[in-house]
Amino acid sequence: MEAMAQPAAVSILGMIAGLLGVIVLVSVNALFLIWMERKVSAHMQLRPGPMEVGWHGAIQTIADALKLMGKELITPKDVDRPVYLLAPIVVFLPVLLSFLVIPFSQSLVIRDMNVGVLLILAFASLTVLAILMAGWASNNKYSIFGAIRSVAQNIAYEIPLLITLMSIILMVGSFSLADIVEAQSAYWFVFVQPLAFILYITCATAETNRAPFDLPEAESELVAGFHTEYSGMRFALFFLAEYTNMFIVAAIATVFFLGGWRGPFLPGIVWFLIKVYFIIFVLMWFRWTFPRVRFDQLITFAWKILIPLAFANLIITAFILKLR
Amino acid sequence: MLERGLEEKTYVLNLGPQHPSTHGVLRVELHMEGEFIIKADPDIGYGHRGHEHMAENRTYAQYLPNMARVDYLHALAYNQGYCMAVEKLLGLTVPERGEYIRVITAELNRLTSHLLWLGAYLLDLGAFTPILYTFDDRENVLDLLDYLTGSRLTYCFYRFGGVPVDIDDDFTDGCRKFIQRLRSRLPDYDNLVTKNVIFIHRTKDIGIITKDQCIKYGLTGPMARGSGIPYDIRRVEPYSVYPQFDFEIPIGEQGDALDRYMVRLREMEQSLRIVEQALDKIPSGPIMAEKVPKRLKPAAGEVYTAVESARGEFGCYIVSAGDTKPYRIKLRVPSFGNLSILPELAVDTLVADLVAIIGSIDVVVPEIDR
Amino acid sequence: MVSYFKEILVGFYSLLAGMAVTIRYFVKPIVTVQYPREKIEMTPRYRGYPQLTIDPETKTHRCIACEMCARICPSQLITVEGTKFPGEKQKRATKYIHEHQYCSLCGLCVEVCPTTALEFSQVYRLAGYSREDCVIDHLIVLQKRQRLAGFVATPVPTAEEIEAAKAAEAAAKAAKEKEAKAKAEAKGKPEGEVKE
Repeated sequence: MEAMAQPAAVSILGMIAGLLGVIVLVSVNALFLIWMERKVSAHMQLRPGPMEVGWHGAIQTIADALKLMGKELITPKDVDRPVYLLAPIVVFLPVLLSFLVIPFSQSLVIRDMNVGVLLILAFASLTVLAILMAGWASNNKYSIFGAIRSVAQNIAYEIPLLITLMSIILMVGSFSLADIVEAQSAYWFVFVQPLAFILYITCATAETNRAPFDLPEAESELVAGFHTEYSGMRFALFFLAEYTNMFIVAAIATVFFLGGWRGPFLPGIVWFLIKVYFIIFVLMWFRWTFPRVRFDQLITFAWKILIPLAFANLIITAFILKLR
Repeated sequence: MLERGLEEKTYVLNLGPQHPSTHGVLRVELHMEGEFIIKADPDIGYGHRGHEHMAENRTYAQYLPNMARVDYLHALAYNQGYCMAVEKLLGLTVPERGEYIRVITAELNRLTSHLLWLGAYLLDLGAFTPILYTFDDRENVLDLLDYLTGSRLTYCFYRFGGVPVDIDDDFTDGCRKFIQRLRSRLPDYDNLVTKNVIFIHRTKDIGIITKDQCIKYGLTGPMARGSGIPYDIRRVEPYSVYPQFDFEIPIGEQGDALDRYMVRLREMEQSLRIVEQALDKIPSGPIMAEKVPKRLKPAAGEVYTAVESARGEFGCYIVSAGDTKPYRIKLRVPSFGNLSILPELAVDTLVADLVAIIGSIDVVVPEIDR
Repeated sequence: MVSYFKEILVGFYSLLAGMAVTIRYFVKPIVTVQYPREKIEMTPRYRGYPQLTIDPETKTHRCIACEMCARICPSQLITVEGTKFPGEKQKRATKYIHEHQYCSLCGLCVEVCPTTALEFSQVYRLAGYSREDCVIDHLIVLQKRQRLAGFVATPVPTAEEIEAAKAAEAAAKAAKEKEAKAKAEAKGKPEGEVKE
């Protein structure tokens, strides 16, 4: 809202600064998340995880990133070259842009648009294009399997995702993320919409291709799925995008259900990050607990359970709002 | 694939030999239509080391360490089968205490095999954590076996005529502690895995084997028992001191992957029972038969012995020509028979199902390749 | 319809039960050790590669180079040479090479040894950078261990010494044979005389 009132030049400068900030945030966040995932998985499996580089292996991921940068970028012989090279970039751009509208605290938002939710969801669906490009261009049967699975999965899961979020939007009456946070001044929406929260978390897990819905990269079936043929920094970009995606879906969950930056004592940004990382922890918890679902069951689950429940939730919400 | 795939309806997918879930060096050639398998062709032999031929150039004692390398997960059953065959040739009888120690260690080894299978199977199905829990338990058994035998995986423990090392109180206490510990951990596995809705959906009605198919393909072990055939060498052709113990042969009903999983899980409980009873009942006395000749030169003849390994019936057939070296040794390994049903099971399933089926067969590929 | 919701609820509950297990293990102490910094102790019977026992009395090895171990070894990887030194009753090992890269750690050599001169070492770091790294000269290893234990290292006989010992032995043998011959001749003469 504030940004809108400012003159255009300042606004553009602010956006550039914001973008730079986002790039830094994305890399730091991904490095932290990878470390966190390794630690969480390790402790759930009774092991210490990385311990060697830095305090409790805190800069292990930086060492890994350096190693990945130093690796040879292998381009297999029969790949569709332009598409193959473009895919890691395409996967990374939309996740960067999604950061533009996320309200980290009351004042810390790069550009608050009144279609913020739509923007994020639109960019989130672009990831699937990148996966399809990567899988198709790799000219590898396993990759193409992963890509096709990914497309079917993302289409199936975007519907319930949107519908669940729609019930919150109905309650607030705005697509702007800041407005949604403002509306939760009295209570968090997770308490009035618990079903929507559970549905959202389920869909978000599928949307980010994480276990138990990590079908596109199911390593016991498809080796590494769509990024089988990628190496070095190209592989790292896929990795980075995955973890940044996790941050985005967790941020949306925080904004929609957990009251965004709201919380006592601490500044808004701290509360926001605490909530985001809690959601991410839950996602990791899923990954290290459940077996992987089978592909047809995944689709069945989306169409037969998630979508009806999401619609039911939306209709009930609409009814209650109308009656009130 | 891109050019051909557009014209032809089916294509070939190579699963293995370097695939994460083909357990070693199994290669399965899959003819597929979309994600459905229309024909699966297992290709074995990548781990061939010529164990049977090696026997012809080695003395009976020198061949002992080979047995641990045939099936490295249940090495002691193979040890036992081979020792029993040679003892039969030589006419040796193992003293009762020796047999008890053999049973205790073989059952502990069966537990390690099943625990590893449990973890690896869950890994195939995409759950990462259970394998670390099972390995935690497995390490405890391995510590016990290490204490007794000196090695952790490729045991070469039994000798012709008995066992070389007696068990002591430390070992007995450790065993009892472990039995308690594993029993307290089994509910965790139930909660984490057995009751898990995703797991049930992944394994139920997958890879159904009928009783007829079991007999047709010569399936043994948990594969046959999962289909409801109570065929366990320990019961149908008792060897060693197994008749003295009270244990059940768990069987499944439907013969699907879930039944095989349940059979193995319940077998672990039975193994614990056997070890417990054996520790209670173990008699004192010698552990080695007297008058074992230094130079083994059995008379000409042929013998066959069978033991129940973690995967099924392991048979050892020795032909002796009255020399210090066997004339021929033929090993009947359960995994070979068990794998042979794969082409039939794989038809019209998804790749994910195939992984679940291969896992539920519990193949140890070096055992097939020998 | 009821079964539909029941399935969802039961499934959901089962997932929560699974998550309860992992979160319980999440706060449990870790069970692994940080390997190069922490090491677990090997059990007394641990089968590392075989090595020569240090006799507590003589503070040296007991190998008499009978080559039993070399013969029983399934992989034929042990090379033992021994010579009888002057003034000693039995042969003594002058060379004991263990080509560990072929060893399957079966322990048959330890069992078969008539003087119990072999024992299992507790060494478990058995990897090397080349095949040559894995060739263990046990007499050298023995010297190291003797020095560590504060004993006098048994010298490895040099080639000249072995030659000399062999020559001495051969000489002794020749002398013995000569003596025996002489004896036999001496014996033979009286016999012949009697006969005559």
